[in-house]
Amino acid sequence: KVPKPTKDEEEGVDTGDGWDEWSHGKALTKPADQLELTEAELKEEITRILTANNPHAPQNIVRYSFKERSYKPTSVVDQMAVHFVLEGSLLHQDSDEARRLRAKEECGLQDRPDSVASKTDKKEPKLTNQFNFSERASQTLNNPLRERSCQTEPPPRSIFSATANQWEIYDVYVEELQKQEKNKEKQKAIPSKKDNEKSKKKMMLMETQGDDFTKVGKASKIFERMVNQNTFDDIAQDFKYFEDASDEFRDQEGTLLPLWKFQYDKAKRLSVTALCWNNKYQDLFAVGMGSYDFSKQGRGMLVFYSLKNSAFPEYIYPTNSGVLCLHIHEQHSHLIAVGFYDGCVAVYNLKEEGLEPVYKSTAKTGKHTDPVWQVRWQNDDMDNNHNFYSVSSDGRVVSWTLVKVMLDASCPQLVVQRLTFHKQIDYLFLVGTEEGKIHKCSKTYSSQFLETYNAHSMAVDAVKWNPFHPKVFISCSSDWTVKIWDHTINTPMFTFDLNAAVGDVSWSPYSSTVFAAVTTDGTVHVFDLNINKYEAICQQSVVAKKKTKLTHIEFNPIYPIIIVGDDRGYVTSLKLSPNLRKKPKAKKGQELPKGPEVEIAKMEKLLSLLREPEQNAV
Amino acid sequence: MAEVEETLKRIEAHKGVIGTIVVNAEGIPIRTNLDNSTAVQYAGLLRHLTMLARSTVRDIDPQNDLIVLRIRTKKYEIMVAPENGFLLIVIQNPCE
Repeated sequence: KVPKPTKDEEEGVDTGDGWDEWSHGKALTKPADQLELTEAELKEEITRILTANNPHAPQNIVRYSFKERSYKPTSVVDQMAVHFVLEGSLLHQDSDEARRLRAKEECGLQDRPDSVASKTDKKEPKLTNQFNFSERASQTLNNPLRERSCQTEPPPRSIFSATANQWEIYDVYVEELQKQEKNKEKQKAIPSKKDNEKSKKKMMLMETQGDDFTKVGKASKIFERMVNQNTFDDIAQDFKYFEDASDEFRDQEGTLLPLWKFQYDKAKRLSVTALCWNNKYQDLFAVGMGSYDFSKQGRGMLVFYSLKNSAFPEYIYPTNSGVLCLHIHEQHSHLIAVGFYDGCVAVYNLKEEGLEPVYKSTAKTGKHTDPVWQVRWQNDDMDNNHNFYSVSSDGRVVSWTLVKVMLDASCPQLVVQRLTFHKQIDYLFLVGTEEGKIHKCSKTYSSQFLETYNAHSMAVDAVKWNPFHPKVFISCSSDWTVKIWDHTINTPMFTFDLNAAVGDVSWSPYSSTVFAAVTTDGTVHVFDLNINKYEAICQQSVVAKKKTKLTHIEFNPIYPIIIVGDDRGYVTSLKLSPNLRKKPKAKKGQELPKGPEVEIAKMEKLLSLLREPEQNAV
Repeated sequence: MAEVEETLKRIEAHKGVIGTIVVNAEGIPIRTNLDNSTAVQYAGLLRHLTMLARSTVRDIDPQNDLIVLRIRTKKYEIMVAPENGFLLIVIQNPCE
């Protein structure tokens, strides 16, 4: 049912009746979505009022009154809603504006035919009005517009980015410089075209083989060392920084701290027959491998290790015969002289590729007939040729000079085993023999000895001059003794009994009174004559298995470590504790004097102590 | 060539080494003993880092150059060396 609206009678709208008639005339249709209302709600009368109020006008305007200093609501609000405004151009005749216009027209212009003034003047003015006005215009034919365009292929684009750093600029400059230098060289030499083509082809081949590992060769070498350093980190730290603090409590004695152990798989059955440190690269040392047992002779090896990589050697040279001795040239540390069991001597050059020695002696050039026990480089002779001496048990001391061919000079018949040259006095050298005697000889007198010492009862294993004191040398032998001599005196100054055959003895490079010896029972003995004249200040067993014999020992020229070789092919490095490296204490107030003079003076003092009682006795 | 091959083999066999990767100039691993996806991941990431490190070193002194970059992490140590456009990466666990 349609709700019955009642309307206000103010507006005078028909109410009631008309609606009833209309509603009865038609059938009631109910739309589907008609709101459902209850009977009560349907009967409810809703009042709708039409008023003259503007529904959009605001009802509660509030204005601020400065007089009363507060907001006051305005009661009267304009209810007018403007729907349409048109500004007209009609003027009232009697208005000011109209009068002004008339005055203007009367003055001059009377053009306008449809002005009111002209109308009134003329009799029958033309009836023109604004409603009967036609405008004429004409337009030319506009050509139809058609758009035509053509597009070229866009130039290829690529995104380029780069950084401008100092080093990029530097690189470019260096490249430019190299190009310029190449151009200069090209101008000087005119290469043949064929060579160019061949070299180009080679270049192409290399590139197509492509991913070549050799390009990371250097890096891989560094990495091997780094990886080793990581694994043996504690050893590396010990080597560099560890100082045994317990030495202070240990009175005068010292200890040896084991560091790296070097071994090579393929040299397992060989024993270490020679050790030598490299003077220039003090972490590099050479190991000669062979066998002392005359029944077990076979091949040998020359192996170089660096302290930086204890897992694998730096250089490996396999040899036909066991190596018995080697020596690295003091100045040219890439040249190594090697003596073999079969009597040959050879010189290896580390700078060259290839596993063969650069020089080798043969039967023709006068190789020894017996094993070569010692080789020693000499200073370059007057023609700047390198030369070295070799000693062998066939009794000859031979001097070899490296010219294109090998030359030699021979010496008197001795059953020689060991040889050592004096540092300062060039021509003086000592030889130790298998019988136990030591002979002092001179290069100039090749047929006679200057002096003979009855040193030992068994073969002399090592003879070495003291690096500081010019008169002192040391010798060791399989008769269990180590003896220290003054070469002007026929009897030893000091004798030490070590309870086992002494394989090798070596002076330390930092002190004239410190030396170390190794014995066949696997012990290292370190002596410091300044501290204790009768006993070793350190006796330490350094081998894992009891039966291994230590064969050689060498002090490192700068680091406080020693390397010890044994007959199983191992080389062990040991760090000397502070007690073993003592320097003389400075007196209060005095500066500690340094240099070899101090060392010499130290030794001299010791010797004089020994000599005095002798003189007294005499 | 054989020497480098041997050296790489020795490094791989060394105690604690987890893996080695050789990356060529295009950033593709050419030799590795890790699985391919790991190798590619390492190669890609470390390439940028190495270039940045190299740039830093050379920026300070253009005559200097980067030899090795060593990254010590909680679990292991990564060593990277750029050479001739190639990249050599070794991952080692030193505390085993």
